[in-house]
Amino acid sequence: MTFTHFIFGNLSFSALPENAIAWGGALTVIFGAVIVLALITFFNAWTWLWREWLTSLDPKRIGVMYILVSVVMFVRGLFDVGLMRVQQATSVGDAHGILTATHFQEIFSAHGSIMIFFVAMGFMFGIVNLVLPLQIGARDVAFPFLNSASFWLFCAGAALINLSLIVGDFSTAGWLSYPPLSELAYSPTSGVDYWIWSLQIAGIGSLLSGVNFLATIVKMRAKGMSYMKMPMFAWTVFGAMTLVVFAFPVLTVTLALLSLDRTLGMHFFTAAGGGNMMMYVNLIWAWGHPEVYILILPAFGIFSEVVSTFSGKKLAGYASMVYAIWAIVFLSWLVWLHHFFTMGAGADVNAFFGIMTAVIAIPTGVKIFNWLFTMYRGRIRFTSPMLWFMGFVVLFTLGGVAGVVLSEPVADYQLHNSLFLVAHFHTMIVSGVLFGYFAGVTYWFPKVTGFHLNERWGIRAFWLWLVGFILAFGPLYILGFMGATRRLDHYDPSMGWQGLFIVAAVGAFLIMLGFLCQIIQLVVSIRDRKLNPDTTGDPWYGRTLEWSMRSPAPEYNFAVLPEVTERDEFWVMKQAGTAHAAAPIYEDIAVPRNSGAGILIGAFAVVIGFGIIWHIWWLMIVGLIGVAACIIVRTFDEDTERVISASEVARIETMKTI
Amino acid sequence: MMNIPVLDPKGPIALAEMHVMVITVVLCAIVVIPVFFLLFYFAWRYRAGSPHASALHLPDWDHDNRAAEFSWWLVPTIIIVVLAIIAWQSTHALDPYKPLPGDVPAITVDVVALDWKWLFIYPAEGIASVNKVEFPAGTPVHFYLTADAPMNSFWIPALAGQIMVMPGMTTQLNVMADNPGTYNGMSANISGEGFSGMSFTAESVSQDDFDAWVASAKSGSTPLDRSSYAALSAPSSYLPVAYYGTIDNDLFDSILIKYMATSSSVGGMDMGMHMP
Repeated sequence: MTFTHFIFGNLSFSALPENAIAWGGALTVIFGAVIVLALITFFNAWTWLWREWLTSLDPKRIGVMYILVSVVMFVRGLFDVGLMRVQQATSVGDAHGILTATHFQEIFSAHGSIMIFFVAMGFMFGIVNLVLPLQIGARDVAFPFLNSASFWLFCAGAALINLSLIVGDFSTAGWLSYPPLSELAYSPTSGVDYWIWSLQIAGIGSLLSGVNFLATIVKMRAKGMSYMKMPMFAWTVFGAMTLVVFAFPVLTVTLALLSLDRTLGMHFFTAAGGGNMMMYVNLIWAWGHPEVYILILPAFGIFSEVVSTFSGKKLAGYASMVYAIWAIVFLSWLVWLHHFFTMGAGADVNAFFGIMTAVIAIPTGVKIFNWLFTMYRGRIRFTSPMLWFMGFVVLFTLGGVAGVVLSEPVADYQLHNSLFLVAHFHTMIVSGVLFGYFAGVTYWFPKVTGFHLNERWGIRAFWLWLVGFILAFGPLYILGFMGATRRLDHYDPSMGWQGLFIVAAVGAFLIMLGFLCQIIQLVVSIRDRKLNPDTTGDPWYGRTLEWSMRSPAPEYNFAVLPEVTERDEFWVMKQAGTAHAAAPIYEDIAVPRNSGAGILIGAFAVVIGFGIIWHIWWLMIVGLIGVAACIIVRTFDEDTERVISASEVARIETMKTI
Repeated sequence: MMNIPVLDPKGPIALAEMHVMVITVVLCAIVVIPVFFLLFYFAWRYRAGSPHASALHLPDWDHDNRAAEFSWWLVPTIIIVVLAIIAWQSTHALDPYKPLPGDVPAITVDVVALDWKWLFIYPAEGIASVNKVEFPAGTPVHFYLTADAPMNSFWIPALAGQIMVMPGMTTQLNVMADNPGTYNGMSANISGEGFSGMSFTAESVSQDDFDAWVASAKSGSTPLDRSSYAALSAPSSYLPVAYYGTIDNDLFDSILIKYMATSSSVGGMDMGMHMP
């Protein structure tokens, strides 16, 4: 080993981008970062940012940061969409579009990885952070510092995946990077390593979050809140976090084994040398299928809250809903093989997994009926969260039919890896997961900020998303029947696919406009915040505990910890006239002190990842020592709490909003 | 005229697979249509401000109607039970490994997925072709598949669903075309840079035309032996159709076996850590 190799590992100038579009991506990241840093400096906001946000252990602050990072990553995921749609609409016959095959493959691999790990997961943990402690009547999560560390590990993964735009390349093997394509023999560059380590680091953060929220639900519910009195969103988070705790270790191990293959020449999944690639495919989907429910269960919870609140009614069939959640949690472990029915397993095996997959449609269908009968004899207010729900039911039901079709193994033989499959899972994840999170953000926004999101821009965004989605993915269902497989960077005009790809590109463009409306919505809402304040703390006439406190929710959440006697406690109190009745007696409240250790752990995690990716071993060791040092120093920190005095609580509680 | 092979099948397997799709959609419609109706009916009838929303508002209505709640579980369950029976039967009936009955004996084609093209070896006929597979209409075709490349998925949508193609393993697929015709085939699993350029043509012809095709391939001078195979298996894509007049009968097995060995030096695998 030469000295240069010791210092720089595999890093060299050839790791810089190769062509104009790749440079465009790299420069966007660099300029974006420079502009953000310059603005912070210009407004002299570093101290404020550090004290109020970056080192905060308040789950509401952490939740907001999760969502902001997700929005930034969503912008990147949508850029990827634009490039892919233009490529597939134009790369026909003699024309080869705007991207090289390799660059196209990097983009779809990045799109999937980013949208699942850094948009959907981030959004989900963001909303859970914002809402869960409030809903169960808790002042905090079980382990406030761990929560901060989880968030910064998530950011570390996001940072690595963006770094791959500037230094080196990204995996070309798809968002799950199946071996042997992802092995060193076929993917010798750093791309797959970037994929492994950005997911690995973010995944560890997710696992720790899962442990944290599970402990929070089990141990920190308000007095009197038995499980069957929990709000439905809390139930869905309970289910999802149970899945996180069991599924993410599988991902961690799978990625570690692939990394051992690539970095130390082992043979877990290699084509030759005794490796078995199908072992990887089984393992990654043993995580991957529960992952789908990790994302969607909290969205189901959001819809349950939204429908019940905006129909002015109790959720119909609460117990059914709870059973349905746990049926889904259990069944999600028995379906992973449906992702590769075409492997050539025997008919008994395929039929078993096909039937189990179809069985999941039962609890899911039950949930839909529960929501519909919550609307029955209600008094329905069509706010934008309710519109997202209506759009969700329409699209999700149709996508669900496509899913039941795919659950039939013999139908899957024909549609596997076709654009029909791509359309199916986008229908489930966009309408199920994203629409749900959009509804949730709109619904809880006043609770977190003290003012409403602008409704007019929200409704515009909804319609653009809905119409855009139908135009973007309707053609993909048809293309699947026409024999178009996913991930093609080029096709022959004789296939007759181009017209539909152009329609899909138009749809994608409308979705981007919808997203732009949401950005405008945020800006307009902040500008007009004095016109849309939430002065009551209960803007929607809500049912659950989070609406019983002032908006924005104070750092300590509840000035006086609630005692729960009923499901929908706050609604019952309002009906009985006991809400806000007695003048509260305030007492001192201990909240966690800020800690910079979380962000440092995240920074050192980036160093570890970068060191392994480029085989710069001394750098990896520096990162490991850094993380260990942060943990040890934090462990010896005895002074982790700060007391807010009773008089300060009283001052905050009687303060005017905005 | 749109070419929709999955819904316009040209062989018994693809036809049966399409039937399962259609039955599934019809059964699902039993739940989906009421859902859509109830969604929009309730949304309209109980919208805030409507007379019904005021007169009929029941804020605490939960599940007084046990029969209704029971039916939400029961109806989907019945449908899924029916679908499960269909799944069990069709998966066994249409097992891709199961030879198809036919009036004439099946022909065997060994398929090798390469970076990025398809090699079709006809062991009985003693010929091989690249990116083109031809067989008589009405004759069952038994494919044995392996890869000398990353994982691929072999798909001729007009004739049958896919089967994965993996190095060091064989999979099988049985298909038949009802009538003469030409069909698109492709890989449905990303296998690297030239993946989009590994489509092939499947053609079903009369027995006479097939015999003539074999004879013309045999007249070609290029043999498929270790050296020509090495040249073919080097990465390349968008390859035109090519033929080999003679074949090495052990080639398919040797491709398979080289990945099965446990030594770390086989299979062209470079175990060093290197950068391009």
